[in-house]
Amino acid sequence: MRDERPLSHVSGPVLALLAAGLALQIGLHAAAPQARAKGADLLPPPATTLLRLASLGEPIALAKILMLRLQAFDYQSGSKVPYKNLDYARVEAWLSRILELDPEGQYPLLAASRLYAEVPDEARQRSMLDFVYRAFLQDPNRRWPWLAHATFLAKHRLKDMDLALKYAAALHTYITATDVPAWASTMEIFIREDLNELETARVMIGGLLASGRITDRAELNFLDGRLREIEERLKQGGPRKR
Amino acid sequence: MLHPILPIARYTLLEALRNRLLWLALILVAAGLAFTQFLQQVAITESNEMQAALLAALVRVGSVFMLASFVVTSMVREFNDKVMELILSRPMRRSSYFFGKLAGYAALALALALISSLPLAMFAPAPQVALWGLSLACELLIITAFALFCVLSLTQVISALAAVAGFYLLSRSISALQIMAANPLSDALSLGQHVVNFVIDAIAFLLPGLDRMTQTGWLIYSAPSPSEIIGVLAQTAVYLLLLCGAALFDLQRKNF
Repeated sequence: MRDERPLSHVSGPVLALLAAGLALQIGLHAAAPQARAKGADLLPPPATTLLRLASLGEPIALAKILMLRLQAFDYQSGSKVPYKNLDYARVEAWLSRILELDPEGQYPLLAASRLYAEVPDEARQRSMLDFVYRAFLQDPNRRWPWLAHATFLAKHRLKDMDLALKYAAALHTYITATDVPAWASTMEIFIREDLNELETARVMIGGLLASGRITDRAELNFLDGRLREIEERLKQGGPRKR
Repeated sequence: MLHPILPIARYTLLEALRNRLLWLALILVAAGLAFTQFLQQVAITESNEMQAALLAALVRVGSVFMLASFVVTSMVREFNDKVMELILSRPMRRSSYFFGKLAGYAALALALALISSLPLAMFAPAPQVALWGLSLACELLIITAFALFCVLSLTQVISALAAVAGFYLLSRSISALQIMAANPLSDALSLGQHVVNFVIDAIAFLLPGLDRMTQTGWLIYSAPSPSEIIGVLAQTAVYLLLLCGAALFDLQRKNF
């Protein structure tokens, strides 16, 4: 404990000054307009080299801060239609920069696939899904969850089966890690099935079962069941390969 | 009351001059000019704006750092050399000592603001530079008073400088923190988020809006509106009042 005089030693004018200063500061702050992030305020990002210079050797920390800053432009208080004023080209540019600063970070791709790609605007959805696709190609084994979600969006939201197939095929083709769940690389099979590309789906399931990559008994049974179902449909004269 | 304040202010300013602080400020400006000149050569367009923006940001942070460091180290030296006790042993009020020191440092802050602003007139319209410089002077006055308050309370170089740095960074980013805290991704706020938001809002009430002061945009885009300048002046006056009250409160309770 510091050696201090009692409060009674503080003169009245000083106490009054302190109280007045505090009251005025609180009043001034309350009267000042509250800060609001506006879509129009989102400026284009600087070059990656400049950001690296500005990070002072801490690119990952800077990436995290930039991501939070970008997020502040997202979900604006009182607005139930988020992102409607955002310039998506700039959002994408910021997300790219953040990924370049922190390539192992998943936050930008989560934001792209689960936030920015879920706006009720097809053009914006497509641009974000394309960004996720391009980012996936750079590091498939780490970024597959976001392309898997993009495949889901393309299929169910955009109802664009060709786009969904493109993403699912990329998942099937480029994922090489063994710790990735099989459902991610088998999405292509089910989309082809939905597209009535039964022959291709049959070949893919057969190949997958033969490859030994599927080890889970329940999954094996499920895929085996689907294979038999497809073969049955083919026997009944279902459509062939497109 | 003015009688002891003016000599204390004068000697404080003299100490700054003998520490070659103003020379250091000139060196900072010269280095900033050289650096931004180099970057200007690289720029394809908006080279003047780029030079103005970078130089402004550099001298702004540099001035704050120099001023805070000087206030803290000079006051700690006075504690250690018992100069403060010697002065306070004279028949004078503690508030006179405080206001004398504050006046000396404030004069230095104004000189630093002037030195920092003048070169910007080469790249931006003079009226805009003048308003930017006025705002910088206000910002430096707040930093001066806060550094003085911290060093009187903490009496240690490291802790006082850390407090000033924290205060400055927080004051410049508190609005962004408030926006982030107020706009979470999920609609349902947990109790923890409510508590965090409350704490951030409470801190914001006690901090000056430094993010609304000395904006680079005032130099390269449009001049601040009269309401913005009035806001800056009001914020400076109110915060100086608060800091003077807090520092005097602490000084009057201090036992030597």
